[in-house]
Amino acid sequence: MNALAIQKGASRHSAYDLVNPFDEREETHTLAILVDNEAGVLARVIGLFSGRGYNIDSLTVAETDHEGHLSRITIVTTGTKAVIEQIKAQLGRLVPVHDVHDLTVEGPAVQRELALIKVAGTGERRLEAMRTAEIFRARAVDTTLESFVFEITGAPEKVDAFIALMRPLGLVDVARTGVAAIARGA
Amino acid sequence: MKRAMTGAEMVVQALKDQGVDTVFGYPGGAVLPIYDVLFQQNDIRHILVRHEQAATHAAEGYARSTGKPGVCLVTSGPGATNAVTGLTDALMDSIPIIVLTGQVPTFLIGNDAFQEADTVGITRPCTKHNWLVKETDRLAETIHQAFHVAMTGRPGPVLVDIPKDVQFATADYTAPDEARVMHYQPQTRGDSGAILAAVEALEKAERPVIYSGGGVINSGPEASRLLRELAAETGFPVTSTLMGLGAYPASGEAWIGMLGMHGTYEANWTMHDCDVMLAIGARFDDRITGRTDAFSPGSLKIQIDIDPSSINKNIHVQIPIVGDVGTVLTEMLRIWRERGSKTRSEAVAKWWRQIELWRGRDCLAYRNSDKVIKPQYALERLEALTRDLDRYITTEVGQHQMWAAQYLKFEDPNRWMTSGGLGTMGYGHPASIGAQLAHPDALVINVAGEASWLMNMQELGTAVQYRLPVKQFILNNERLGMVRQWQELLHGERYSSSWSEALPDFVKLAEAFGAKGILVTDPAKLDDAIREMIEHPGPVVVDCLVEKHENCYPMIPSGKAHNEMILGEDATAGAIEAGGAVLV
Repeated sequence: MNALAIQKGASRHSAYDLVNPFDEREETHTLAILVDNEAGVLARVIGLFSGRGYNIDSLTVAETDHEGHLSRITIVTTGTKAVIEQIKAQLGRLVPVHDVHDLTVEGPAVQRELALIKVAGTGERRLEAMRTAEIFRARAVDTTLESFVFEITGAPEKVDAFIALMRPLGLVDVARTGVAAIARGA
Repeated sequence: MKRAMTGAEMVVQALKDQGVDTVFGYPGGAVLPIYDVLFQQNDIRHILVRHEQAATHAAEGYARSTGKPGVCLVTSGPGATNAVTGLTDALMDSIPIIVLTGQVPTFLIGNDAFQEADTVGITRPCTKHNWLVKETDRLAETIHQAFHVAMTGRPGPVLVDIPKDVQFATADYTAPDEARVMHYQPQTRGDSGAILAAVEALEKAERPVIYSGGGVINSGPEASRLLRELAAETGFPVTSTLMGLGAYPASGEAWIGMLGMHGTYEANWTMHDCDVMLAIGARFDDRITGRTDAFSPGSLKIQIDIDPSSINKNIHVQIPIVGDVGTVLTEMLRIWRERGSKTRSEAVAKWWRQIELWRGRDCLAYRNSDKVIKPQYALERLEALTRDLDRYITTEVGQHQMWAAQYLKFEDPNRWMTSGGLGTMGYGHPASIGAQLAHPDALVINVAGEASWLMNMQELGTAVQYRLPVKQFILNNERLGMVRQWQELLHGERYSSSWSEALPDFVKLAEAFGAKGILVTDPAKLDDAIREMIEHPGPVVVDCLVEKHENCYPMIPSGKAHNEMILGEDATAGAIEAGGAVLV
């Protein structure tokens, strides 16, 4: 797709040809979608992703404005620049969608995920799990003589790292919420 | 002033308040309360179709020929599922229709009740939006919102699912002006910086082309008028998609014919070689672009579209303008005139000389016959004998559809109705009924193939019942012509299931319904048959037996570029090899 001879990042004529959106490299974007909290709205959003073959890496949804009947859906998705732009345009034209924010391009954002991680073991393995949890600032929220349930909050990479370390120490089960994200600053 | 009424009464009142005069529908258990209210009033005419799919296509025909929304009323379960094809068709072609479906009572939903289907679940991906109304006091407002969504921004189909107990219960009616304003208000004004950038590009264009689409027609008659002004004042050539035919007149000086897979040689070469392309209400569909990486490789592209998701979906455009075609064209013309109405007229004149060379290939030429009716000839004669009449054309889908697009000439918008995006066989017959209801005194012709026509032939009953003088002009090649053509060109002439060995006698079939049937097989008698069809005051089925193995050219095979078009034998005289076609 370089018949148009557009340089990456070029703005040859005006603001309307910034970068070639048909760049084939895949990127991960976090989208925050503000929607009317009405029946079927999540199905509409998910159906759009599955129907058009887009990826969902993570999805969280909850009502965030009870008075205004608004929910916030946070989706982490992967695709080429063109696909990401299509996803945003397609989401934007759904009737119950108020706003689509691409937190990845709109400036720095905080991303957090909560996970509950069950680890079973005794002796040295149990102590090591305990020490590692401390380093990651994970809290034990349930304990038996042979097991812990740790609660950990952080960026998805931190949660991934913690789970990887727990695996040899007796990892039994993982529950993750998916990513919630918000732009930094006011 | 509060007005208490039942949900069923609300439905009819809301339709009246929205200015609806015609509803296409089919009754059933879950919509009986609404039918009972319809029975007791005279403002809204109900047209009983013979199949719910036909109700949706008739509503599309009504909508496209008037610019007003079409309305359908069908029952739950199979009534709703039969409407799915029409909803999808309307979604793909941006046609505003409102489908009201009955639903089992709220307390039975999820119970696998008789004639229950998850209608909003099934139709979610094939509507612009849909609603299940669970409370009667929300019903009227929801219907008003449904009209708003269908008609605002890029038009499209909507569906309101109404459980039977909601129809029986009583609540206060909400008038349209009392309904809450929806936040759904798409942008109609284009960005002025982008419009200025577009004008600058047009001023510098040496090989320009205007590529117009269905969005020009959807934007309203004013948009077509502005397109004509733009073409007249700039002298730029105009081509159009299948959906956009009529927005620019076929007799206009700038007209170079339809583009795309079966578009003209000159239109496709103009697109391929242009340096500035102005796409207006057109979405770079794959039937238009062919191979995308070879699509108009050297051009700067400007696209006006009300739907941001249509921009940069298939083809990268340098100057996107999100907005309503009419509004943006007004602004564009104003800026261009203010800057002195500049064009590179010498370069454009040279460009026109090149286009005339391409036009000289006479790509729509075909070898006529005095023994058998050629489908192209049938359409040329239909055009000649109906051109001066108040005429509306619908089509089914296939070869006849492409020939109709090539050989019929459209001078005005809203006169041509065809299933472009979805390619729905069975669309044309019910669509002709919808168009005829909206224009009772006009000549409405459905150009059909016999296979497509059989998919919704039952609507002849509707035409006869309501005395709708629709003309079914069937080009009967006893084949699934387009399938057969692809099998010939791409599948080694293995004609797998592309013909029918048991076609009906269409004349007797017409007569069985109480319509008139005309059989014509002789080219010399074709004109008389067409005249007889026009002059007969009721519905007519013309069984026009045509050449069985005619192919539709020009053709850009799937996955090829615009400059790899196949032309018909006569247009490429001498250049043809044994296969009957070559790549040009």
